[in-house]
Amino acid sequence: MEVRLDIFLIILGAALVTFIPRVLPLMLLSRITIPGWGMRWLNYMPIAVMSALIAQELFIDGGRFSALSTNVELIAALPAFWVAVKTRSLLGTVITGVLSLMLLRLVF
Amino acid sequence: MKSESVQAELAAAAPVSEESFLQGVKDCIPTLLGYLSIGFAAGVVEKTAGLSLAEIALISTILYAGSAQFIAAGMIAAGSTATSIIITILLVNLRHLLLSAALSPYFRHLTPLRNLLIGTLLTDETFGVAIQRSANRKAISEKWMHGLNITAYLNWIIANLAGAVLGQWISSPEEWGLDFALPAMFIGLLVLTLISRSRYALDITVGLIAMAVAVGLSILWSPSIGVIAAAVIASTIGAVIEKWK
Repeated sequence: MEVRLDIFLIILGAALVTFIPRVLPLMLLSRITIPGWGMRWLNYMPIAVMSALIAQELFIDGGRFSALSTNVELIAALPAFWVAVKTRSLLGTVITGVLSLMLLRLVF
Repeated sequence: MKSESVQAELAAAAPVSEESFLQGVKDCIPTLLGYLSIGFAAGVVEKTAGLSLAEIALISTILYAGSAQFIAAGMIAAGSTATSIIITILLVNLRHLLLSAALSPYFRHLTPLRNLLIGTLLTDETFGVAIQRSANRKAISEKWMHGLNITAYLNWIIANLAGAVLGQWISSPEEWGLDFALPAMFIGLLVLTLISRSRYALDITVGLIAMAVAVGLSILWSPSIGVIAAAVIASTIGAVIEKWK
């Protein structure tokens, strides 16, 4: 029930690098404007980061490419994608993905 | 700008209660269940990654970011170095720059210090609710925003702790598919972002480039470099194509 020092430092560092991008634009943007190319570049960042993370979760297993024939995560992603497009519900997408993977692991 | 003056009148004509803290709490309610489930899954995954209840309370209170907490749990369990964990989280959470920048025009009436308090609890979810509210307004009420932010924050901490407590009896979150809560949330957030931007051709191109680079570099080099390089390369290509079109 204690907090280890190394874990504390990781949490503190992660919290700091999360806090700064959250508050800085709100605090400064009334005085400074980001140049057009900077905004365009930043504009693609959320999509690029999320796509990269999804690809890594679905296709990489322990630093190697997951064999497609046994990749249940990839199969579970399909109904999750479908529900996201159809319902635009984050809750629906998460529950569909989790339940699909649970059922797939029961079967395979 | 005729529409602007109409919007200003609408905002001025809105009853006082519309701007209140309590209204912010009420406007948060539709999102609570979704983040309760993700927070619960995060708590279970953090617990099974070996974090103590106190550490889970700390991470959900001071980090307060779903994706970052799953990543931290996974990387701590995998024995990654502190530096690589923090750099990965920095990159994943860089998107907050955009959310914060997009909200800034609606909080120009506040001092930088008060904007700091607004931004401290900014998340994808509270941003989503706030940007919808900004549609027919020139400014967003500070009290309303705090009502929204604080409700989402408390909901998140409670969900994490509930997951942590129940996680003690779940030996393998994989058996319940709970390790998929994070990828599924990313899928949901990506699809919602794509739909709200409605610039499918370019956005999907950027997404596919990011996926290919991430997979390639994760195999050839290392997974944390893979995400960083993929985000930078794909965003740059997107910005260049947009410029040249």
